Amino acid sequence: MVQIKRLQEDGVDIITPIGEIDASSSIELDLTIAKSVGEGFTKILVDCSALEYISSAGLGVFMSYIDEFKDKNLKMVLFAMSEKVANTFEILGLYELLTITKDKVEAKKLVQ
Amino acid sequence: MRAKALSRLLFAVGVITWVVLLFTDISVVFSTKRNLPAEVPTWLPGVILNLYLIALYYYYKLKIDRDDQLNFLDLLWRVFATGLVATVISLVLRLIEYLLGATTLTGNIVYIEVTYLINLGLMTSFLLAAFTAWKRLILYQKSKWLLRLWAFFEYALLVSLLYNSYIFPRADWLFNTAFGFFIVVGLVLSGNLKWVAFLNFRQKWTSLLLLLLTIFYLGYSFYTNNSLVLSVSGPELGFVDHRGHVFVQSLMVFVTVYSSFAFLVIFFNLPTTSVFEQKLEEVVNFQRISQSIQTEQSEESVYNILLETSVSSVFADAAWFEIKINEHDHRVFTYRISEREASDIISHLKSHHVTGVLDQSTDKTKNLSKHLSSLKGSRFRSILAFPIFVKGENLGTLALLKELPDGFNKEMTKIVSTFANQAGISIENFRLLEEALQSERYKEELKIAKTVQKSLLPQMLEKDGQFEIAAFSESADEVGGDYYDTLRISPEETSLIIADVSGKGTTAAFHMSQMKGIFHSLAQNCIEPDEFMVKANRALVYCLERGSFISASFFLVNTQNKKVRYARAGHCPVLYYTAATDRSDYLKDKGVALGMVRNNSYSNFIEAKEFSYAPGDIMVLYTDGITEAKSVRGEEFGYERLAEVLMQVKTLSPVEIQDHLINKLYEFSGTKNINDDYTTMIIKFSN
Repeated sequence: MVQIKRLQEDGVDIITPIGEIDASSSIELDLTIAKSVGEGFTKILVDCSALEYISSAGLGVFMSYIDEFKDKNLKMVLFAMSEKVANTFEILGLYELLTITKDKVEAKKLVQ
Repeated sequence: MRAKALSRLLFAVGVITWVVLLFTDISVVFSTKRNLPAEVPTWLPGVILNLYLIALYYYYKLKIDRDDQLNFLDLLWRVFATGLVATVISLVLRLIEYLLGATTLTGNIVYIEVTYLINLGLMTSFLLAAFTAWKRLILYQKSKWLLRLWAFFEYALLVSLLYNSYIFPRADWLFNTAFGFFIVVGLVLSGNLKWVAFLNFRQKWTSLLLLLLTIFYLGYSFYTNNSLVLSVSGPELGFVDHRGHVFVQSLMVFVTVYSSFAFLVIFFNLPTTSVFEQKLEEVVNFQRISQSIQTEQSEESVYNILLETSVSSVFADAAWFEIKINEHDHRVFTYRISEREASDIISHLKSHHVTGVLDQSTDKTKNLSKHLSSLKGSRFRSILAFPIFVKGENLGTLALLKELPDGFNKEMTKIVSTFANQAGISIENFRLLEEALQSERYKEELKIAKTVQKSLLPQMLEKDGQFEIAAFSESADEVGGDYYDTLRISPEETSLIIADVSGKGTTAAFHMSQMKGIFHSLAQNCIEPDEFMVKANRALVYCLERGSFISASFFLVNTQNKKVRYARAGHCPVLYYTAATDRSDYLKDKGVALGMVRNNSYSNFIEAKEFSYAPGDIMVLYTDGITEAKSVRGEEFGYERLAEVLMQVKTLSPVEIQDHLINKLYEFSGTKNINDDYTTMIIKFSN
């Protein structure tokens, strides 16, 4: 189960998933990102500090936006991942495809 | 069989007692005539008659009890048939007497005695047949009280036989009291005519006829018996008169009264029969509509049955059922009315701003007939509409039409309302049933997919003098997408693959089969591991939907130079045990999963590596189902534990290592039903 919160700060949309993202809850994450894009945000941060687990389906959601973001010149940065979650991203090679930083300050700096 | 034999025996006893009665009566006549002292006691004929009655009584009782399938008409028919036989025989006797004319024979007291006893026997047997049949009718819908009263009546009647068996001083008061008492009880019992209501119109007419004839036979036999006794009254001493028999008389009165009551009640019930029949039809229709959900193939046929049954229940001429597909779209099912006519009426009512049919916000039955009169060219003059709800949501409207003005009364409105409710329930049930079937079908599909997936995994793994392989794969309830395979390319080169398709279900199994195809076509050509990944990625991009990917590791084992070249595309890092240093490590290197990068830049994200192996080295390939398996406390199996487990059994064969690992995994998670796919492939190198 996951609960996703959104917060806008200085024109940056911060999405915070809380809990675990598995096959069924990944849809929610997908909808949230799609909504943010639909509302016209060009700078999206994903706060992963409260993310306990992410399944391959959840990773698929981030992955599916890579091309679209590149085409539309949108920026997405993930930050504050726990070691376990970071490991999942790393194994699949998503560290090479997504921008992932340690904390929010760094993440904001990257999108600004 | 026993009952049949018993009833035959009783019948025989009846015949014998009747014959004995005849002889005793005649002997009484003779002895009296010749002024001889009686050879038989005078009370004997009475006792024998009673024996005859009892035998016959039990005969009929047994006969009717044996047959529980009798309906009301069958019962009436039996009584009628018995009466007919009795009357015909009696009439034949009369005819013989008429043909013989007034001879000494017909005037002979013996002849009269015989005729009288034949008639008496026939009459009592007819009465008893009727009595047992009426019993069945009276007790059709019984209460405790009624059962008791009947048992009392029956036993009291039997007891009254005693009265005629002994020579009591003939007391009129006793006779009158008993007789009067039986008449009263018989009258009370005759009020039980509930069965009449269950006859339909036709059956009622038949019953009336049968009852009328039964009454006629009763009257005839009573008259015949009486006249026979009277014809010998007085002078002929010794003639045994059985008229004063309280049992027979009470029976006569009871049977006659009940027959007359039944006749009158049926007669006066005739006009209301149609109402009862209609109610019955409603019940049948309700049943039909509830049953339809089990038998009908589509929701549409449920609607059709709803239309048909509601029309026949209120004698409507036509009906339609309008269902809402979405906010703007409606679909109309019609019955005996064209869709054009229906839509004409709908649009007419709409144009007059009539709520009820189209505005489904109201939940009241609406009689909209007055609005219909303003529509020209329509044959219908009455309309009744009712909304149908499924789970509190308005599904549509049922409209019934009649050509008569003011064709629907309050009663019909109520019926339609009940119908609409029942239809709502039926449709809901039908939908639930459909859903259940759908999920059943889905499960069946999954089963097939699971079999397909299993068949995609190799039955045999490559073997070599230099290495040995063991593999194990188990999927969760749903179909998984774990894949492993081996392929010998040349005597010294073998390629291995392990892959994990994201997602589950049939799509995962489908992608897995694609992966197998790619592996078998590419690996044959002794391809470099990184090149394999680049080509596989290019092939998969076309078939993987966005968001799906496959993680894989590809190995090329060369036994000639004892080297392994490999590439990792997002798959779990290999656990490698080096015998020389007695250490196990995860081979971490970069590599993006297949299907994630959809352009030609993928080659930048993959790299090939190489290492040399030595005897005793172990390579453990696995999917994330192993490392992510959770214990009851929510802890993950993890990489460290996996390495520890390997170290415990590093000296054993691959199969033993594998068994140990699986056991440890089950031990850790506390169950054999791990909620994910988990696969391992263990390669151990030897000389």
